[in-house]
Amino acid sequence: MYDIENIVIAKSVPEALAALAADEKAIVIAGGSDVLIKIREGKLAGCSLVSIHGIPALKGVTMEADGTIAIGPGNTFSEVTEHPLIRQYLPALGEAVDQAGGPQLRNIGTIGGNICNGVTSADSAATLLTLNAQLEITGMSGVRRVRMEEFYAGPGKVHLAHGELLTKILVAKADYEGYCGHYIKYAMRNAMDIATLGCAVHVKLEDGKIADVRLAFGVAGPVPMRCPAAEKAVLGREPDEETRKLFGQTALGEVNPRTSWRASKEFRQQLVRELPGRALHQAIINGGGEVQ
Amino acid sequence: MSVGKSILRVDAYDKVTGRAMYTDDLAAPGMLVGKVVRSTIANGLVKSFDLQEALAVPGVVKILTCFDAPAIDFPTAGHPWSTDPGHQDVQDRRLLNRRVRIHGDDIAVVIAEDEVAASRAARLVKVEYEEYPALVTPEQAMAESAPQLHENYPRNILKETTLSMGDASFEQAAGKAALVHQGNYATQAVQHCHIEVPVSYAYMEKGRIVVVSSTQIPHIVRRVIGQAIGIPWGKIRVIKPYIGGGFGNKQEVLYEPLNAWLTYMLGGRPVKLEISREETMLGTRTRHAISFDITSAVDREGRLLARRVDAISNQGGYASHGHAIIMNAMNEFKMLYQDEMALELHARTVYTNIASGGAMRGYGIPQAIFALESHMDDLALKLGIDPIEIRTKNHMQLGFVDKTTGITCHSTGLAECIQKGREYIHWDEKRKAYQNQTGSVRRGVGMAIFCYKTGVYPISLETASCRIVLNQDGSVQVQLGATEIGQGGDTVFTQMAAQTLGLHPENVHIVSSQDTDVTPFDTGAYASRQTYVTGKAIRQTAEVFKQKVLDYAAGMLKCDPLDLDLVDNKILGKDGKEAIALEDVAMEAFYSLDKQTHITAETTFHCKDNTFSFGVGFAEIEVDIPLGKITVLDIINVHDSGVLINPQLAQAQVHGGMSMGLGYALAEQMLFDDKARLLNDNLLDYKLPTALDTPELAVDFVETVDPSGPYGNKSLGEPPAIPGGAAIRNALLHATGVAVNSLPLNPQKLIEHFKAAGLID
Repeated sequence: MYDIENIVIAKSVPEALAALAADEKAIVIAGGSDVLIKIREGKLAGCSLVSIHGIPALKGVTMEADGTIAIGPGNTFSEVTEHPLIRQYLPALGEAVDQAGGPQLRNIGTIGGNICNGVTSADSAATLLTLNAQLEITGMSGVRRVRMEEFYAGPGKVHLAHGELLTKILVAKADYEGYCGHYIKYAMRNAMDIATLGCAVHVKLEDGKIADVRLAFGVAGPVPMRCPAAEKAVLGREPDEETRKLFGQTALGEVNPRTSWRASKEFRQQLVRELPGRALHQAIINGGGEVQ
Repeated sequence: MSVGKSILRVDAYDKVTGRAMYTDDLAAPGMLVGKVVRSTIANGLVKSFDLQEALAVPGVVKILTCFDAPAIDFPTAGHPWSTDPGHQDVQDRRLLNRRVRIHGDDIAVVIAEDEVAASRAARLVKVEYEEYPALVTPEQAMAESAPQLHENYPRNILKETTLSMGDASFEQAAGKAALVHQGNYATQAVQHCHIEVPVSYAYMEKGRIVVVSSTQIPHIVRRVIGQAIGIPWGKIRVIKPYIGGGFGNKQEVLYEPLNAWLTYMLGGRPVKLEISREETMLGTRTRHAISFDITSAVDREGRLLARRVDAISNQGGYASHGHAIIMNAMNEFKMLYQDEMALELHARTVYTNIASGGAMRGYGIPQAIFALESHMDDLALKLGIDPIEIRTKNHMQLGFVDKTTGITCHSTGLAECIQKGREYIHWDEKRKAYQNQTGSVRRGVGMAIFCYKTGVYPISLETASCRIVLNQDGSVQVQLGATEIGQGGDTVFTQMAAQTLGLHPENVHIVSSQDTDVTPFDTGAYASRQTYVTGKAIRQTAEVFKQKVLDYAAGMLKCDPLDLDLVDNKILGKDGKEAIALEDVAMEAFYSLDKQTHITAETTFHCKDNTFSFGVGFAEIEVDIPLGKITVLDIINVHDSGVLINPQLAQAQVHGGMSMGLGYALAEQMLFDDKARLLNDNLLDYKLPTALDTPELAVDFVETVDPSGPYGNKSLGEPPAIPGGAAIRNALLHATGVAVNSLPLNPQKLIEHFKAAGLID
């Protein structure tokens, strides 16, 4: 039995925005896989909810005229994984979100909720950062766009005002065309777990050399983060063992994992050193390339 | 013949279709709901409550606090009662505790019309405490300056035992030894993680309290409710429906006494009390964390001359099964291997403020085997001999009699178990092949052996009762105090009864639920005792029952009952042909105007025997050194549990135990901070393995025929959980040369060890 004071079930984005405007304490619920847990824990007991679950405008994945892929934030993880456009153009993202929780969670939890709850361990986050994803935010006063990296305000916090909704996740053609990617979720279990460290790589090879590469982590700091120095360090190099070592070693200087009872700083640093090279290696294999 | 066949579980269809009724299914809508208010400190005293806001929550009926609870200290361990006060369980807690000893102690309870109102009110209860420093480790608790948690237990030592065996001293033996080696081995607190949380409901009927509960031990629950509330035991009735797992946590009287008291305080109104997963983890029981210091003196061939073992068990806040657990662990040291000259054991159980340790599948033996079998590999490595060889030189042989308990090895297939495991895993090839590996990914094989008692005799009472009653169609009901807790008890009891009665299993209807008003006495499901002890009661009762049927039939046929037999549902004459239909005998007995009788039998078997089962675990692992990850490539348990009553169920039992062993070995641990707060009180942060973490589990058996077992059978319920930890630890030692002497072997710990060993720069 959940302690919910009241719930407005919005049928459209304007309805949801109006309901949020009418109740400044109302909380948005989509799949509910985070919100219901907090209600059960008592943290949100007695709350008022505005449900955006099932709003058609927040569903679907489309390709815009310029080749931009637009992902509805209301898609569940499994809808993202199974969508033909994702499979064709953003396979690493589909595989990344297929590692969240277990089948039940992936059938109810949404990619938008995964971004908006702001947690550093979100399985979609690192991969979206390596795709230079942009977020479309809709409020009563209009629509704005923000780079995903700038969306994070701190641990569990994002730049989303009360009364605003995430309405699209956008990946431009230039950011995915010619790239191959991979996400390693390092966790204590192979399912039903949160990442101890998440590591995503997207890479573009030209003549066997790294023409562009993007590296991002979850749980290496308070929010998901890119590692520009590591990316720069391996540009133009062949993706050999030495490059892979350099990749991780450089990333180590950019991250700031903390010691918690879940994992020590030293443990996470060892993973930061180790995983980028492995993710790079696998990304190239995923793209049909060969690596020594 | 139905013993030895893999018949379908008798509850299979009901369980998979959802027809099987569990406690929560039986609770009627509209019952009041209880919610325990828990302390937010681990060590201290409740000074006062402010209940004003909580009582104002709509729907709240009553709030009872530790100041209202009876001033009666009671025990909670699911042991048989002892009429000898010296052997009774420690009575150290109340229904609600003013003296707080764990973080999350039961200090008050809200009763409300629904869960939301109860939870809201529970959050609004204000408590004033006097707080003392939290004691997390036995070392902290035994310090001179440490606050004392319980009266009469200075330095917080619940109990201390020393035991010396052999004619020589350890020092004398050490003087003759080729090697004296010392090692420290530590195990962690873990939780049972039964899927059905503790749940019960209680009401009153004709001045008596009825409690329906998810428990392994209904008759013991009745006794403890009586003790805790201070009312005659006959005024209490406990009903046990199907239960969703217990693994020993429900061999404990958890919240039934509180639930009984709630309805009592509300004039008999029905109250349901369900304990959440988080509350279960912090407030029920755990597997004790035990640390072992072992020193061994061995000769050049690996024969144990003497050992000295010093072990400390972290009890947590309340005694529960207490010192019995570490003493069982000590038993393993003296039973599995025998020293030529001396064995010195020293065991202490120490109160702290962490969650209380209790019974959990294996009862101290998984801890002992991790320590002992890790140590045996360390000895083998030092001596340069094969780990199997050192075990073979020292392990228990047929006819062994334990000096202190008299428990005798009536049958053993241990050597054959070792041989089967050795062949399965390709031990000899792989021990060679994986020598001197380099690189970041390495492989290893490891093994561990164990012995396990069957039931608790002579340490405690062993008794079981069985009732068999005839139906008009010649079928029977079998009623037992022994409990089905998911392990398949009802099915194997059915097979045993059918076997001795000469009936088909379909004609044996087992009454699954226990009701202490009508169910004959049995202490319940624990100690892997039921197939052995209850089996003896079933066999004895079935023999009496069968004789009554044959006697009646002989009366009808005017022949000597010795000329008749009941086989395959048929009453056979001397010529082996059906002499009279069983149904005709039953109908005549039921409705005869001349000699009517209801044919029934009920007997109790007071069991005064025990026997050892054995087993081995072999594991092959691959370790990814830079990531600190172990992958189990192959794993097998081989058990000698005597005759298997139902091979398929036996295999399932082993699968479940191996899964538990894998979690214990690699991932599970309860983490407490320095305030003794449980950090990971949920199944996200507590790393119970999932299906995707579980390799194929290989199972094999060596079927000895145990002369003391009712059907040649021995213990099987708990043993499968035992060898995994040491087998995997020893495989890691083989793979990397790194000895990790504490569980779990999780990545963070492995990376620390690999760095220290120079395997990671």
